[in-house]
Amino acid sequence: MGGHHDPGPGWLTAAVVFTAAAGYLTLAVAAGRRGTGWPVRHTILWVAGLVIAAAAVSRPGHGFRDHMISHVLLGMVAPVALVLAAPVTLTLRALPVAAARRMARLLRCHPARFVAHPVTAAVLNTGGLWLLYTTDLYRYSTADPAVALLIHAHVLLSGYLFTAAMIGVDPAPHRPGRATRGVVLIASLALHDILAKHLWTHPPAGVPQAGAQAGAELMYYRGDLADLLLVVVFCAQWYHAAGRRDRVSGSVAGPPPSPARPGR
Amino acid sequence: MTRRNVVSGAFLGVGLAAFVDETVFHQLLHWHHFYDRSTPAIGLVSDGILHAVSMVATVGALFLYADLRRRQTFRPRLWWGALLAGAGGFQLYDGTVQHKVMRIHQIRYDVSPAPYDWAWNIVAVLLLAAGLVLLAAARRGRPRSGES
Repeated sequence: MGGHHDPGPGWLTAAVVFTAAAGYLTLAVAAGRRGTGWPVRHTILWVAGLVIAAAAVSRPGHGFRDHMISHVLLGMVAPVALVLAAPVTLTLRALPVAAARRMARLLRCHPARFVAHPVTAAVLNTGGLWLLYTTDLYRYSTADPAVALLIHAHVLLSGYLFTAAMIGVDPAPHRPGRATRGVVLIASLALHDILAKHLWTHPPAGVPQAGAQAGAELMYYRGDLADLLLVVVFCAQWYHAAGRRDRVSGSVAGPPPSPARPGR
Repeated sequence: MTRRNVVSGAFLGVGLAAFVDETVFHQLLHWHHFYDRSTPAIGLVSDGILHAVSMVATVGALFLYADLRRRQTFRPRLWWGALLAGAGGFQLYDGTVQHKVMRIHQIRYDVSPAPYDWAWNIVAVLLLAAGLVLLAAARRGRPRSGES
C-alpha cells in the first residue's frame, strides 16, 4: 500500500484475485475438455503469482521501506510467475476457434504490438517508477487510497508487460530478438539501480531521510534479487532455444554427454 | 567457437570482479559507501549501467559456458585467459575511471587512499596481464583446428 494508511479495500483485492484465479481455472478445464490439456505447473505458477501479488498489496506495515517491499513483490516477482503461466496461450486454447482467431487478430493489431514492445513496456514500467518517486505522486498516493490502488494496478500491469516482453512464453510474433531485448533489459535494470541510489539522497516528497535510505537500499538489493530471477530465466530460455536449434540442424559436435534431458 | 569461449570467460571475469567488489568491499568490509554525497550524476549513471551489465554478464557467461560444454567446444586456456583479462580490465576501470575520475566513492574512507588505490590498480594490471598472456598462449597453442 501507499504507506501511511490502512491496506486499502481488502475486498477489492480479494475480488480481483478470486476472479483471476477462477477465470484461469475455468479456461484450464475448458482446454482439458477440448482435448489439448493444460500443464498443472502453469496453473500452479498462475496461482502463486496471484498469491504473491495479493500478499504484496495486503501486507501490513507503513512507511517507505514497507511500500518498497510491496512494490518489489508486486511489480517484479509476481509478474514472473504470472507471465510463465502463459495465460494468453491458455485462452487461445480454451476459446472456440472463431473467438480464438478474433483474439489472435486483436493481439496482432498495431496498438497491442506497440504496448507490448520491450521499449514501451520498459518505459511504462521503469519510467512509471521515476514518475512516482520524483514527483508529488507518491505523496498523493499516501494520502488517497484510490490513488494508491491505481498505482498498484499500474505497477502490476506494467511489470507484467515488461516481464512478458523479456521472457514471455505466450505467442508474440512481432517481438524483437534476444539481442534487442537484452539491451532493453540491461538499460532497464540500470535505470532501476540509478533511481534507487538517487532516492537515497533525494527522498520522495513527504518521506523522511532515514526511511528513504532504508527503502532505497531495499529497492537496490531486493530489486537485484528479483532482477536476477528475470535474467536467469532470460538466459535459460536462450540456452534451451540454442539446444533445440542445434538438435534440429545437427550441428553439435557429438551427442550431448549428459543423460539428463536438457529440454523442459 | 573461439569467440564464444572468449566472450563467456570475459563476461564471467567482469561479473566476478563486480561481485567481489559488491560483496566484499560494500557489504562485508563496509569500506565502500552505497552512495557518496559528492558523486556526480555521471558517476551514478556509470555505476548503474556497470551494475546491470555485470549481473547480466555473469548469468549469461554461465549459460554460455554450459553451452560450450554441451557442444564440447570448451577451450580452458582461452576461457581462463579471457576471464582473468575481463576481471582485471573491470577492476582497472573501477579503480581509475570510477573511483578517481568520476569519484563515485573511495576504496576506503578515513585513511589515506593512495596505498589502497595503488594496491587496487596493481592487482588489476597483474590480472589483466596474466589474462592476456594466457590468451596469447592459447591462440598460439591451437591454431584454429577446424574451429569456427
